[in-house]
Amino acid sequence: MKPLLLSHFTATSCIGQGLQQTLNALQQSQKNLKICDFETVDLNTYIGEVNSVNEVEMTADMTDYNCRNNRLAKLGLKQDGFDDAVKFAAEKYGYSRIGVFIGTSTSGIFETELAFRYRDPATGALPANFVYSKTQNTYSVADFTRQYFKLTGPAVVVSSACSSSAKVFSVARRMIEAGLIDAAVVGGVDSLCLTTLYGFNSLGLLSTQACRPYDIARDGISIGEAAAFALLEKVPSRIQSDGVLLLGIGESSDAYHMSSPHPEGLGARMAMQQALQSAGLVPSDIGYINLHGTATLSNDAAEAKAVNAVFGNNMTPCSSSKGATGHTLGAAGAVEAVICGLALQNGFIVGGLNTSEIDPLLNLNYQLESHSQSLSYVMSNSFGFGGTNCSLVFGLAQNERHA
Amino acid sequence: MSTKSTYMQAYIEGVGLLGPGLTSWLSSQAILTGLQHYQPSKTVIPAPELLPIAERRRASDIVKLTLATSLEAIATAGLQEENLASVFSFSNGDGFNCHTICEMLASEDRQISPTRFHNSVHNAAAGYWSIATGTMATSSVLCAFDASFGAGLLDALTQVVVDGTRCILMASDTPYPEPMFTNRPIPDNCGIALILAPQASKKTFAKIKVSLTNDQADRFDDVALEALRMAIPAARGLPLLQAFAQQQSRRVVLDYFDDMRLAIEVSI
Repeated sequence: MKPLLLSHFTATSCIGQGLQQTLNALQQSQKNLKICDFETVDLNTYIGEVNSVNEVEMTADMTDYNCRNNRLAKLGLKQDGFDDAVKFAAEKYGYSRIGVFIGTSTSGIFETELAFRYRDPATGALPANFVYSKTQNTYSVADFTRQYFKLTGPAVVVSSACSSSAKVFSVARRMIEAGLIDAAVVGGVDSLCLTTLYGFNSLGLLSTQACRPYDIARDGISIGEAAAFALLEKVPSRIQSDGVLLLGIGESSDAYHMSSPHPEGLGARMAMQQALQSAGLVPSDIGYINLHGTATLSNDAAEAKAVNAVFGNNMTPCSSSKGATGHTLGAAGAVEAVICGLALQNGFIVGGLNTSEIDPLLNLNYQLESHSQSLSYVMSNSFGFGGTNCSLVFGLAQNERHA
Repeated sequence: MSTKSTYMQAYIEGVGLLGPGLTSWLSSQAILTGLQHYQPSKTVIPAPELLPIAERRRASDIVKLTLATSLEAIATAGLQEENLASVFSFSNGDGFNCHTICEMLASEDRQISPTRFHNSVHNAAAGYWSIATGTMATSSVLCAFDASFGAGLLDALTQVVVDGTRCILMASDTPYPEPMFTNRPIPDNCGIALILAPQASKKTFAKIKVSLTNDQADRFDDVALEALRMAIPAARGLPLLQAFAQQQSRRVVLDYFDDMRLAIEVSI
């Protein structure tokens, strides 16, 4: 593929609002997952909650969009000068020449969950102030982002569970390459809600502790929430050496089971191989893999088999950052793309938090401690329910022979 | 709107259609050309024979609807084992499932079932479809509210144009029960599937050239068809199917966003 530049990026999750807090938390191995105290939820699990989401206010012209997911999106867009960068790009390219492609799994469903508690006892109607189209509808967060910047280009939400905001990079790549747009705001936003907490609980997939990816005693996920964004543009002729490039994308479907990965990780393997191929790289070029690493028994086992099949005995350093952020579901792909960007620019490998004894059966070079390591190319994996897989390859501009 | 006139081109090999009073693409062509009167009636979705029995039991309307339209499109294109890249565009997911989950979460007993939960993901139909057809190629699962058909068509076109691959677009919508129905009044099930290819083949029956436009979307003269087009987002694609049915080279404008539509030059 033709490389693309992540000219600006930002992330907001339970480990920090913006890049500096996120970087500090990752380098210092901060543990921010906490015992679940979300709303009225009565489950024995841990969550990664973003502070002050409820304090975000919508402007008067956008009050219909007011829901937890869009408040979190707005909080995220305001970090690191990201909103100024998008406005600058809109002036440069034209407001119709910038696409908006956002991943989410549950959108503003929390608003509907609350509305169902306040149905009219006589008619069963939802409260009059409930605005389905701007809150619950899956498109809501891309609509919000497009209106927030007054953009008039193509826009869509990708909603394929936990691969959603990795796949937005693919949609944006095709749109830019087809010439429909010059740049794209891509990202992922997913927020805490009862559907995912009780839903993953029904599958027996919630950990009773802060999640422990790749641990021998791993027992499930910790659900988190996050908003992460990147501004994607064609690679300019002059570029800073620490610029982060999207170099490769691989996508596949397991065609196996709705909520379990293929036991041999076949789809995951195909996604990783395709990502390397589209980047023109070989496995030994990759200095770090940010694993999907949800800390469920089956995900980590299948992913480890796939990584071993692709990377062989190369023993590429790898870890899951979900011990820090929790599993931010539809936002995970974008959050982990940003973490990869930080790892490349700051030359460090992210240590996998909470894991004390690495599962020897998984046979990976799993990193428990964050440490300095200069990196040229990294890979990020995102897999989801329905057997949807996406792997992304990022690299530093200074090492990029295509640029 | 930009003055740059970027367009994307693809060859159409297959069509699938199911909706109120529209029992298949084959049987609906006479309605779309005006030879037969359009008589709305409740959408009838065939049983999903292709799914393994366990999945068949769990499959909801959006899964069965999407399977039905896609299989008709694949059959008309005469494709087999093609490992098609796919684009799914749903203006909402499984409405009844969503209603039941919200109702349970508002009750004393919040223990929703695992099947309810995995059916709640927007890509549930994409997951079932890949299992049913054994397709391991990439899938895009999208939502753009009322613009979902246009958004899906654009994404499918970029796969054809940029990656040079054949791609199946499936746009499907299903209703919510009350009280959500009042807030999102989609009256019935409706789906369209299209197979788009980068090169002409023996199965090609139309070529489309698509660009963005400010022009107004085409409307149906037939009041009932126009009502259907406006009521269900997937049905916003029907004017394109009308041009195919008429076997007429002409320009079609489809709804997309309030501030942008899709202009399509259809050549037969």
